[in-house]
Amino acid sequence: MRKGYLGVDIGSISTKAVVVAADGDIVASAYLWTEGNPIGAVKRVLSEIEGQAAGTDVRVVAVGTTGSARELIGSVLGAQVVKNEITAHAMGTLSMHPDVRTIFEIGGQDSKIIVLRDGVPVDYAMNTLCAAGTGSFLSSQARRLGIPVEDFGDYALRSTRPTKIAGRCTVFAESDLVHKAQIGYAIEDIVAGLCNAIVNNYLNNVGKGKEIEPPIVFQGGVSKNVGVVEAFKRLTGHDVIVDEVGHLMGAVGIALLAKSSGLEGDFDFAVREFEFQTMGDECGGCANNCEVVYVLRDGEFLDGWGARCGTGIERARTASAGR
Amino acid sequence: MSERLVTFPHMGEYWIAFETLVLELGATPLVPPRMTKHTLEVGARHSPEFVCVPFKYNLGNFIEALDAGASVIGQAGGGCRFGYYAEVQEAILRDLGYEFEMVNLTSSWSIGEFIADFKRIAPGVSTLRIARAFAIAYRKAKALEAIDDRVRKNVGFESEHGAHDRIVGRFHRELRAAGAFRDVARLEERTLAELAALPLDKPERPLRVGVVGELYVLMEPFANHSIERRLAEHGVEVHRFVTLTKLIEHGIRHRPHVRALLGEADPWVKYHLGADGTESVAMTWKLMQEGFDGMAHLKPFGCMPEVSAMSVLQRISREHTFPVLFVSYDAQTAETGIRTRIEAFADMLAMRVQGRTSA
Repeated sequence: MRKGYLGVDIGSISTKAVVVAADGDIVASAYLWTEGNPIGAVKRVLSEIEGQAAGTDVRVVAVGTTGSARELIGSVLGAQVVKNEITAHAMGTLSMHPDVRTIFEIGGQDSKIIVLRDGVPVDYAMNTLCAAGTGSFLSSQARRLGIPVEDFGDYALRSTRPTKIAGRCTVFAESDLVHKAQIGYAIEDIVAGLCNAIVNNYLNNVGKGKEIEPPIVFQGGVSKNVGVVEAFKRLTGHDVIVDEVGHLMGAVGIALLAKSSGLEGDFDFAVREFEFQTMGDECGGCANNCEVVYVLRDGEFLDGWGARCGTGIERARTASAGR
Repeated sequence: MSERLVTFPHMGEYWIAFETLVLELGATPLVPPRMTKHTLEVGARHSPEFVCVPFKYNLGNFIEALDAGASVIGQAGGGCRFGYYAEVQEAILRDLGYEFEMVNLTSSWSIGEFIADFKRIAPGVSTLRIARAFAIAYRKAKALEAIDDRVRKNVGFESEHGAHDRIVGRFHRELRAAGAFRDVARLEERTLAELAALPLDKPERPLRVGVVGELYVLMEPFANHSIERRLAEHGVEVHRFVTLTKLIEHGIRHRPHVRALLGEADPWVKYHLGADGTESVAMTWKLMQEGFDGMAHLKPFGCMPEVSAMSVLQRISREHTFPVLFVSYDAQTAETGIRTRIEAFADMLAMRVQGRTSA
């Protein structure tokens, strides 16, 4: 019987899970849409993982969670390690590309860059509070142009004369795009222009001031767009590696972090059977009115977040006891 | 006529010193209500949209204090937009229909002007009494800073969670009540001894991070989402150099101070960047050479001096592979994004050290 480590990455758009065996072997992996319901997505992803792991000699001894729903799912699964997605992505990528020096990541809501030297992350940056240049921007523009977002890259590759689109701000880009379409630019050139705009935006904001050196690994949902990949290659002047399993890097990284934590606990896929319910409440203890979110397992208080002090969580605990 | 109640903006725990100052001048202080989301909401509602966020917090404090009955406001200013705060806030508050007197303590940095301003806060107060009031308030601010400094460096390593906060809570209560210089000095000494006696799980060489940037978001934990504490919680010894008493000292000795800073910021900055900008560069450069593990640079969104400093810091960071975490604050109150960034930053610093020792 080999020991295995379950890593779950719950992003705003997609949920990923893997089981990594002690020797680094990925024995199970699953990927599906979060659809605004992280707990439901995790239950579904676990049933897939359980099926794949059933035929192996691997037993899960530790769990790690990452991604924007990491705390919630960490409580639900009783995770040993709950870590941010930047660290998880760095660890996962290093396990497959030990010589990587730059990681580009563009996801649904955010984008980041991680700079690594000698196998150690030495600098990182994340986009600020704006979604310009992320996956959600691309998909909304695709919808506007009536092209499935999956085909976006192919359209871009067919263009010979990409038009210029302002990428600094989603609102500006959109009016630029509408304008160019109306004066008669070919759709391929507009799509290619958008891909360039995304990359320019990324390099000028998230990548500003960073030393971008190869090998470069590009990850996140947007890395599936060949148009953006080509634009990155052209604008950085370097080759850009897009991994087949790039979307799983966060889950692999957090599984490895769970392994290196040395912590172990009982994990049972039967956690799926529990009824989890999340509640949101305003604390009301003071004028801060912290928005407290808490989760109940079969009606019992499990965990809570979002309070600036201890009062909010206590109130949530009491409220759920009296329910 | 109703009683004159003197109020002031909040900044960290400095209200204890401000309250003492007003009391010792012989006037009646009104400490603005504790900072909450409501403070920011009312402040932002009546502020120009694009003004830097400290303006919004100050205005919120003033509105809440005026609603509680304040009639005199003490405000300061500095070498950037901060220099216009008092005038613009006064105009906004008058438009809102409030009646009050606004005293701008730093309209000029001359002793004569200071004394005149204090006499406006407390009519009839003698110059000697002003000197004593200022001195004791200043001493209390110094005590606050000494304790704060110790906590920043050690709270991340306390063996018993909450031990530092317990001692500091009592210190604040006793400092508020302390009347004589000797009492303040004894209290400070005793508190430092109590803190020193706390058991710590601190490695011999802990991660060290310097915090630089714009003064208000540096010193007001509510505005910076307690970034110093969050960093400390990830096992970091936090160092900060901008304090109120240093700002006052630098304000009085402005020219020699700027000259010294430009020397320390050489070769990166040739001209003063305004406000704390030059200091952000000087300190980053200095701490990098001292072997610190990284810096956090905090600024209100749109802060000109710190935006200027940023491009220099990015260059230092790139050329010397020295991690700098840049954080911009506005009126947002969601902490999740900042927590994620701080955790990732602390992880990265730890991995760098591990990588260095295992290599």
